Amino acid sequence: MSERAMPERTTSERNKPEHEHILPVSLYVTIWITLMVLTVVTAGVSFINLGPLNTVVALSIASFKAILVVLFFMHVKYMSDRLTKMVVVAVIFWLFLLLGLSLMDYGTRHFT
Amino acid sequence: MATAAVSTERENYLNSEYGVRSWLLTTDHKRIALLYLLSITFMFFIGGFFALLIRLELLTPAGDLVLADTYNKLFSMHGQIMVFFFLVPSIPATLGNFLIPMMVGAKDLAFPRINLLSWYLYIIAGGIYVHCLLTGGVDTGWTFYTPFSTAFSNTKVVEAGLAIFVVGFSSILTGLNFVVTVHRMRAPGMTWSRLPLFVWSHYATSIIMLLGTPVLAITLLLVVFERVFNLGIFDPARGGDPLLFQHLFWFYSHPAVYIMILPAMGVVSEIVPCFSRKRVFGYSFVAMSSIAIAVFGFLVWAHHMFVAGISLYSALFFSILSYLVAVPSAVKVFNWTATMYKGSISFSTPMLYAFGFIGLFTIGGLTGLFLAALGFDVHVTDTYFVIAHFHYIMVGGAVMGYLGGIHFWWPKISGRMYPEAWGRLAAAIVFIGFNLTFFPQFILGYLGMPRRYWQYPPEFQVLNVFSTAGSTILAVGYLLPMIYLLWSLRYGKIAGDNPWGASGLEWMTPSPPPTFNFDETPEVTWEAYDYENIPMPEEVSLER
Amino acid sequence: MSDSPIVLEHSTELRHHFADMDQQRDAASLGMWLFLGTEVMFFGGMFCAYLIYRLWYYNEFAAGSRSISLLLGTINTVVLICSSLTVALGVRAAQMGKRKLLVILLLLTMLFGLAFLGIKGIEWYQKYEEHHIPGSTFSAENLIQEYPGIHIDPQHEQIYFSLYFALTGLHALHMVIGLGIFTVLTFYAWKGKYSPEYYTPVEIGGLYWHFVDIVWIYLFPLLYLIDRKPIH
Repeated sequence: MSERAMPERTTSERNKPEHEHILPVSLYVTIWITLMVLTVVTAGVSFINLGPLNTVVALSIASFKAILVVLFFMHVKYMSDRLTKMVVVAVIFWLFLLLGLSLMDYGTRHFT
Repeated sequence: MATAAVSTERENYLNSEYGVRSWLLTTDHKRIALLYLLSITFMFFIGGFFALLIRLELLTPAGDLVLADTYNKLFSMHGQIMVFFFLVPSIPATLGNFLIPMMVGAKDLAFPRINLLSWYLYIIAGGIYVHCLLTGGVDTGWTFYTPFSTAFSNTKVVEAGLAIFVVGFSSILTGLNFVVTVHRMRAPGMTWSRLPLFVWSHYATSIIMLLGTPVLAITLLLVVFERVFNLGIFDPARGGDPLLFQHLFWFYSHPAVYIMILPAMGVVSEIVPCFSRKRVFGYSFVAMSSIAIAVFGFLVWAHHMFVAGISLYSALFFSILSYLVAVPSAVKVFNWTATMYKGSISFSTPMLYAFGFIGLFTIGGLTGLFLAALGFDVHVTDTYFVIAHFHYIMVGGAVMGYLGGIHFWWPKISGRMYPEAWGRLAAAIVFIGFNLTFFPQFILGYLGMPRRYWQYPPEFQVLNVFSTAGSTILAVGYLLPMIYLLWSLRYGKIAGDNPWGASGLEWMTPSPPPTFNFDETPEVTWEAYDYENIPMPEEVSLER
Repeated sequence: MSDSPIVLEHSTELRHHFADMDQQRDAASLGMWLFLGTEVMFFGGMFCAYLIYRLWYYNEFAAGSRSISLLLGTINTVVLICSSLTVALGVRAAQMGKRKLLVILLLLTMLFGLAFLGIKGIEWYQKYEEHHIPGSTFSAENLIQEYPGIHIDPQHEQIYFSLYFALTGLHALHMVIGLGIFTVLTFYAWKGKYSPEYYTPVEIGGLYWHFVDIVWIYLFPLLYLIDRKPIH
């Protein structure tokens, strides 16, 4: 970081990610193993009859896997600033807006 | 009379390098802004030409100028060109590109090469679209509704769809550049609450560009796939749902209208305080209202589908939200008015356009509320009422904001003043021509004249004639600035750094600015719109 | 250029409009995250179409889902997860300035990517053989015969396969683009362009790759696991 005799940098500059923070290999491998296990689990569970819960379980496992990738492989948990986290949350929220509000139409068409 | 020699004494972004290559391979945001200015003006001519043909056809009740199929192509391509190739890029790609780095105190946007790429994508898309136009055009309406566009139209839907797909990415990259620039490139001391409202409105616009445009992209892609591979995704005869297309299409296209208006609101927020010599009333409300418009704008799209077959409950939801989305816009209008109250008003050309914007946008916006009411909407859907509504906002609002901005920043961009008397005259002609063109259309729509019809019952002719007459006046009003602005490049009075005595970092650079904007990174210690401390301009540029 | 007194600060990779490398890296990172956000909405539109039609045509979707290879799909999921590991370890290697390790990991990632595409190609070929490619050659006869108790409308079935090919095709295209990006990254890594002070392209390239992996993480259950319950 260069030294500057300037007014304090704005807050976004203060929320810097800790790029000096190097995560251990064991963390990455642990996440990898978890993801593999969850893959096998989700494939296996699909053979069990849980009725409508099958979809819920499958998507929940998928979401959990996605969250692991985002938090650890994509460094959001340990090496990202607040803005990055906000972007991730906002985007997921927007996707749900699209899906949810569209579904609201389809879901209420046949009410009398 | 100032000669060319004087303006090239000092090195600036225009004379730093010469030659076609230095323009086509530039990464200077200011040059890219000018490249865009030329390109969108070109497309505006084409779209405007189609509008004139439409108005000529509608002079008489009979369909006697063009064939019905041709008429369908005219209004479809008029809409697509004006929306995607003119309005969406207009202010952001020209004024936004030019000003945002300077307004935040940066040397350029965050990603200059991506900025250039976005222009090339625009050019490629424009090329594809013009080719489509010349080889048959498209007749689906600007909205590409299925299954007509996928299964029945025998025009060049795929080509038009692909062109708009590409220009969408141009838009996305522009928005991406702006958001990163505002977050990461502000000069020391330039806090969010000191940013010009022009920046806030472009930030909000960029959010919409980023989140909405990709959905349009995938939707058009699916239409293209359906046509090319003969699929049935949107074909009711094969189990597809045309309403799914409409949901996906309007998810972008409604927020898109906010892409088209927010930048103009940002321009007005710069012009009004300058020519009232007063800081903006309620800065944070105006700033937050831009964000609110961007967010709420995503929650109302199905108000375009009230009569298409969506559920009543869904319609109620979207209707209520459409009322809510008007609130932040109203906040802006109140605040601009309050800014002017007890201000020292000058009726410069930019200010005339700002006044026009405020009045016409208000009318357009209020008629939007009429349309948000379900019962009324059933009556006027697909009539000229809707056309009048959106033209009041897009033309009375956005285009006037664009013209006001071009005039306001013209001295900064070119180093020359435009002739003020001509500027005011053209603004008046635009205002008169505009109202004559579009006000009769409210009445026509209410009386039942449908949109997209090539012929109409004779009782509607008088109002149509007024409308067409207005459109020719409007055309004159648009041509005048093109002429005198070009004239001013050579013969206009040399502009100083800050001829208007305006606030903002861009006015602290020379006119035209040097390539890297600032010799030293500015340090901001003052609030935005610091008009108590900015002296009136000595040269009273407004007397010309 | 900021007048930084310390010459060491001025990396050759610093672009002139940035004040320092931190700002440049933060800008690049935010830019990539925002771009990935647009990609989420891009795929999201198709997920919306998928959602609606799955609700409407569940039987057809289930039958279509059974007709694609669970084994190959699972293997592909594993392949991509492994590639995400190699990418993450590659970024780490770049952070630590380990050039050779970085190159190896980037090459491994690409290898996994190619394997994924190869297996995907095999799967598509299987669909071609079974006449499940939408269009004039499409036929749902084999599915109708396989599941006699369930009503399968061939046109609705074709919607499933249209979305199957659109989704996996778009995903595969992103994979190909990713391979292109990684080819460039590997080349520059081998040339020694990256260091602990400057490895941003590797980092943001990695973000892109992980995103493509995440899309597949969702496509797998949505396309392959709709209904695998044993038929009585």
